[in-house]
Amino acid sequence: MSYLFEDFVGWKAYCEEKKVPLYAPVLEYEIAQRGSTEEAIWSGLLRAFTVMKDAVETGLREEMTSRSGMINNGAKKVYKYPKAVLSPEFQKLISRALAAKEVNSCMGRVVAAPTAGASGILPGTLYTLQEIHGLEDQHILEGLLVGAGIALIIEQKASLAGAVGGCQAETGSAAAMASGAIVYCLGGSIDQVFNAVAITIQCMLGLVCDPVAGLVEIPCVVRNASAAAIANSSAQIALADVSAVIPVDECVEAMGEIGANMESKYKETAMGGLAATLTGQQISKKVLIQDIEILPDEELPE
Amino acid sequence: MANKSSVFDMIGPVMIGPSSSHTAGVVRIGRAAIRVLGGIPEEATVTFYNSFARTYEGHGSDRAILGGLMDMKTDDANIKQAFEIAKEKGLKYSFKSIGNASVYHPNTVKLNLVKGDRKVEVLGESLGGGLINISTIDGFNADFSAQAHTLIIKADDTSGAIAFIASVIAQEKTNIATMSVSRKGKNDKACHVIEMDSGLQAITIEYLKSLPWISELIYIPDIDL
Repeated sequence: MSYLFEDFVGWKAYCEEKKVPLYAPVLEYEIAQRGSTEEAIWSGLLRAFTVMKDAVETGLREEMTSRSGMINNGAKKVYKYPKAVLSPEFQKLISRALAAKEVNSCMGRVVAAPTAGASGILPGTLYTLQEIHGLEDQHILEGLLVGAGIALIIEQKASLAGAVGGCQAETGSAAAMASGAIVYCLGGSIDQVFNAVAITIQCMLGLVCDPVAGLVEIPCVVRNASAAAIANSSAQIALADVSAVIPVDECVEAMGEIGANMESKYKETAMGGLAATLTGQQISKKVLIQDIEILPDEELPE
Repeated sequence: MANKSSVFDMIGPVMIGPSSSHTAGVVRIGRAAIRVLGGIPEEATVTFYNSFARTYEGHGSDRAILGGLMDMKTDDANIKQAFEIAKEKGLKYSFKSIGNASVYHPNTVKLNLVKGDRKVEVLGESLGGGLINISTIDGFNADFSAQAHTLIIKADDTSGAIAFIASVIAQEKTNIATMSVSRKGKNDKACHVIEMDSGLQAITIEYLKSLPWISELIYIPDIDL
């Protein structure tokens, strides 16, 4: 019987009892629940990581202008800017997260991890992590499995969808996955990995989904960059054994509770927040199709 | 779908952006529809309803539907060039927007497709996360997800038809996941929609097609393969 990823306490207990690393039960789960083979899983993960790295490189190399024009080669500008605010590594991290997400906004190929709206966060963080620490691909793939286990729990106890839980559910979950993967890859203990997840969620709680004109562009692209930064800041805190105080399972519950009570105008409907600002509405008028037949209230089609 | 989520729902799917409901799901609706039609259409009239009506261009759903209609998969990088490729292939297309269609799901697309003498109308709903529901085919209720292998049979509304079809499928040891039957009027034809865990052999499909009381049979293998 494989572990079903109901909560973090159970995941840790399972690993300690069986004396296996954190990624092992995720592998067992996929084999038992989805009838997959270990070989197929590793090759699927390698394909995902390859697509992630390709997305980063594509976004930094090719023309990236979205149909609306709101996304316009931002990642390249950040990457090439002569002054680094903190360090060249930080500048690369931010520009890579932007790059992969810009590829998503411009109809390029990405990995929805966990969702398309958050598809820049794992690529930006893992690409940079591998480069800085010289990690083998296999190590990163194990980190991806740990990230998948984190997402499986969040999906069950809260949500991964912006339309259900707001932006915290998408970029927040991706940042939590990334943070856990970073600490795992740097040799952190189970407690340190889960603490990184808890701290990340604490930083991302409450974010609403308020996309301008309903498009996956503003503020989604810059939020992928900030989420990548938070994943790293949380990992730095967690590795030093600084406690999140509120246990990770309770942080996930808080995310679910906030999502459940969030008004629907903040859940991907483009009715509130940035979407409802004066400029947001002006852009919406310009970008959205106006030549549309509106059926009268009573009449049904056909 | 009592299936547990996969690791590759969390780290995946690999897809063309920007949105699983506005691109990936729409591509899959197109892929299902051409299997109903029996090939890539020569003409496609695409109507985007409700939430899709205003946002389809910004999300690239127009390219996504054309990509699906040309049998591109959800991760095919050519989707971005779907307009140009459609021109090369001689696929004529047009787009329409209709809002406030309250009987339809918020993200609905209607496809009127023509290939030679054959014309079909397919109504598809994009449910989020790339999941879809094909709600009607030529006005009949279909309601299938295209995740499994699907058999659609239009037949005379005679007694014993359901049991007979089920027994033929059982010969292949194929497990039926869902089965529904609907009809327009009392003496009209019945439409059977059967979703199966595994595929059928060509010989079984030919046998069913040969039966005089079956007027039309459409077999849609898993659209993601």
